[in-house]
Amino acid sequence: MVREEESQIISALRAGDEAAFMRLVESYQGSLVRVAAMIIGDAEVAQEVVQETWIAVLKALPTFEGRSSLKTWIFTILMNRARTAARREGRYVGLVLETDESGDDQHTVASDRFHPAHTGVEAHGWVTPPRSWEEMPEQVFLSGEVRRLIHSTIDALPQQQREVITLRDVEGVGAEEACNILGVSESNQRVLLHRARSKVRRALEAYLGE
Amino acid sequence: MDEVRMPTCEEMVEFVTDYLEGTLPEADRLGFEAHLRLCVGCQHYLDQMRRTVTVTGALADETQDAISREALLMVYRAWLKERDSS
Ligand SMILES: [Zn+2]
Repeated sequence: MVREEESQIISALRAGDEAAFMRLVESYQGSLVRVAAMIIGDAEVAQEVVQETWIAVLKALPTFEGRSSLKTWIFTILMNRARTAARREGRYVGLVLETDESGDDQHTVASDRFHPAHTGVEAHGWVTPPRSWEEMPEQVFLSGEVRRLIHSTIDALPQQQREVITLRDVEGVGAEEACNILGVSESNQRVLLHRARSKVRRALEAYLGE
Repeated sequence: MDEVRMPTCEEMVEFVTDYLEGTLPEADRLGFEAHLRLCVGCQHYLDQMRRTVTVTGALADETQDAISREALLMVYRAWLKERDSS
């Protein structure tokens, strides 16, 4: 949505234009519900959180200064609420684990996939190179099983990684916008995305066969 | 320009996200691409990562949005009413 469009929507909302509000709802509702469900892990609670988000958005609208885009602002409000709900649902593992995600899963690719350091020219090269997925039938990737596999893999990720991959790869939010919504630095965002994507790839590879 | 050093396969998998994000420094990018031309395993790995991103994006096809639009409209009307009465 362009900035000009956004300020038109905001003035329409302030003027009491119901259709404008419903258009705004339709633009983001699907995405908001998906993100909330991913973060909280409970579809019903997610719906409540989204409904509360709209109430909060309207309440705070008079103070919206347009420093971020309207979309970023709405998603930031959602994210705060979703995190609180996730904590309530026992989704956050706790602060210690949360801050130390380095220990959560050692390697991007299992280290035994590479020749060890002392093997000369082969050192750090693939023992068994990854297969090509290009020759696999397209339907394999579109199957319900693969969908569920990815879903459960994302579900099992540490909170921050789950947040980043949900915004970036499920919702297709850009890097800069994701950083603004989540309140993380760009480099931190990339590290989290890297870990999350690597784990999803590993899960797919394990499912499809090395 | 920095000297281009060819990364190992084990390093390549760590560079992949920065490469796809376009944030790999120039020298590292050239090294990454040079390795890629010579290594089928890493070509497959990069393709797998791209595919992983695409397939993850397919999760956005479904949504369990069951919130009634009527209820949301009520939220908006209530907000207007409260605002105008204060
Ligand atoms: Zn390689």
